[in-house]
Amino acid sequence: MRYLRLFLVQLRTSVLLTMQYRLDFFLEGMVEAIWTLTAVVPLLVVYRDRATVVGWTLPEAMLVVAWFTLLQGVLEGAINPSLSQVVEHVRKGTLDFLLLKPADAQFLVSTARFAPWKATNVLVSAGMIAWAFVRIGHAPSASAVLLALLLLATSCATLYAFWIITVSAAFVVVRVDNLTYLFSSVFDAARWPSTVFRGALRAVFTFVIPLAVLTTYPAEALLGRLDAVRALGAVMVALVALFISRLVWTRAIARYTSASS
Amino acid sequence: MSLRATLRATPALLRVGLVESLAYRAELLVWILATTMPLVMMALFATVAREAPIGRYGEGEVIAYFLATFLVRQLTGSWAAWEINMDVKQGTLATRLLRPIHPLWAYACEGIAALPLRLVLSAPLAIVALILTSRGHLARDPVIWGMFAVATLLAWAITFLINAALGSLALFVDSSLRWVDVYLLLFFVGSGYLVPVDVFPGWARTVLDALPFRYQIGFPVELMVNVHDRAHALALLGRQLAWTLALLGATLALFHRGLRRFGAFGG
Repeated sequence: MRYLRLFLVQLRTSVLLTMQYRLDFFLEGMVEAIWTLTAVVPLLVVYRDRATVVGWTLPEAMLVVAWFTLLQGVLEGAINPSLSQVVEHVRKGTLDFLLLKPADAQFLVSTARFAPWKATNVLVSAGMIAWAFVRIGHAPSASAVLLALLLLATSCATLYAFWIITVSAAFVVVRVDNLTYLFSSVFDAARWPSTVFRGALRAVFTFVIPLAVLTTYPAEALLGRLDAVRALGAVMVALVALFISRLVWTRAIARYTSASS
Repeated sequence: MSLRATLRATPALLRVGLVESLAYRAELLVWILATTMPLVMMALFATVAREAPIGRYGEGEVIAYFLATFLVRQLTGSWAAWEINMDVKQGTLATRLLRPIHPLWAYACEGIAALPLRLVLSAPLAIVALILTSRGHLARDPVIWGMFAVATLLAWAITFLINAALGSLALFVDSSLRWVDVYLLLFFVGSGYLVPVDVFPGWARTVLDALPFRYQIGFPVELMVNVHDRAHALALLGRQLAWTLALLGATLALFHRGLRRFGAFGG
């Protein structure tokens, strides 16, 4: 309960900070929205002369892109901004002030900053999902929607866990701000249905970096094609990733030597 | 700002740029590793082309195309827009203006000087991969390879000039980084970086032919993977040169107009 209040306070400061620059807020959102084109244009080109690609029709593949857009919004709106600040804190030694506060440091650090304009990604993604289902011709069943929402939660948790692990590297090598670009670049591969990848890459994207779980599974859930075993797998991945990330974070913070303060 | 002074200073500028890039080599490596987009696109298009070729691109051609894209992107990258924005915002452009060398020339030298290290870090892997997977799809004609060299140089010049123009825009609007985002989007979609230009529908191809973007990546890549014959390549090279010259004029004009408004605040 206390943490919920704390969360709301942190969120409010972020929104207030952004609202100082209202015009910026809207322009930023617009640019964000049209960036989705980088995922949509290749699909439109590919589907120009064929109906399916590795078993996915255009509306179905668009669902994966929609889910990718949504998660990218979550990643860049709620996860990235806070955790980039950790890197800054570690470098300047100001993490001390956070560690002294009477709340869990990982929590404080993870909720420190939000980028509310990324909410446009959610709108764009909702629009794409609506378009896809109009093209498919029927709405998803209620149970499919529920399962997709569950998978949304596990996807966010998994993404967050991977982020925490990446950021923990800051305690060891200090300069990791461009690791965030690396992370986003790898995540870029999640924009296609996972069956597009073959051979070694598919194995990597299923077992090492579970991109398939993040975007393809939820899309399949919406289509009612995801079986229970794989749904359970997604939940397991999220739990294990969260557990490992917590472990890595506590280890990393133990190494923190308060560099320059 | 005489020509002789500029020529005399250039080797030193290049040397400084090279040393700077060496100082941040780990960072540069991460930047290169983060260039995964051509590979992400390759995965999609290769799978699709295996089912049935897309236009003239079969699976082998797709792999060659995107490996070449990765390489050309490394060779023609420029980040002057961000640097100029930073210099305008922090007022450090003032120190650059005091030097007896044109600031844009200095930015260009810094960019060029980082290329050798970029190449050392990225080229071996890309070239080995190209030779292993797609030797048969590469151009054989030495004349085409000569044109490739020129086209890559001009592609770099166009990328740099657009960057410099966007940077100069910061002199008018304080920060032009959002415009840079819009440019990057057009560049990604229109340059052949995400999708080879010749698989777009006819009307889109006509539009893209007229815009500068495809001459930044797509054209050199197409030369490398042997899409054009000599005559067609020469015609495209002419257009590329025309764009380079037009952008040179426009960028210089924009920069000098903008300088009149430069307040050197914060410097």
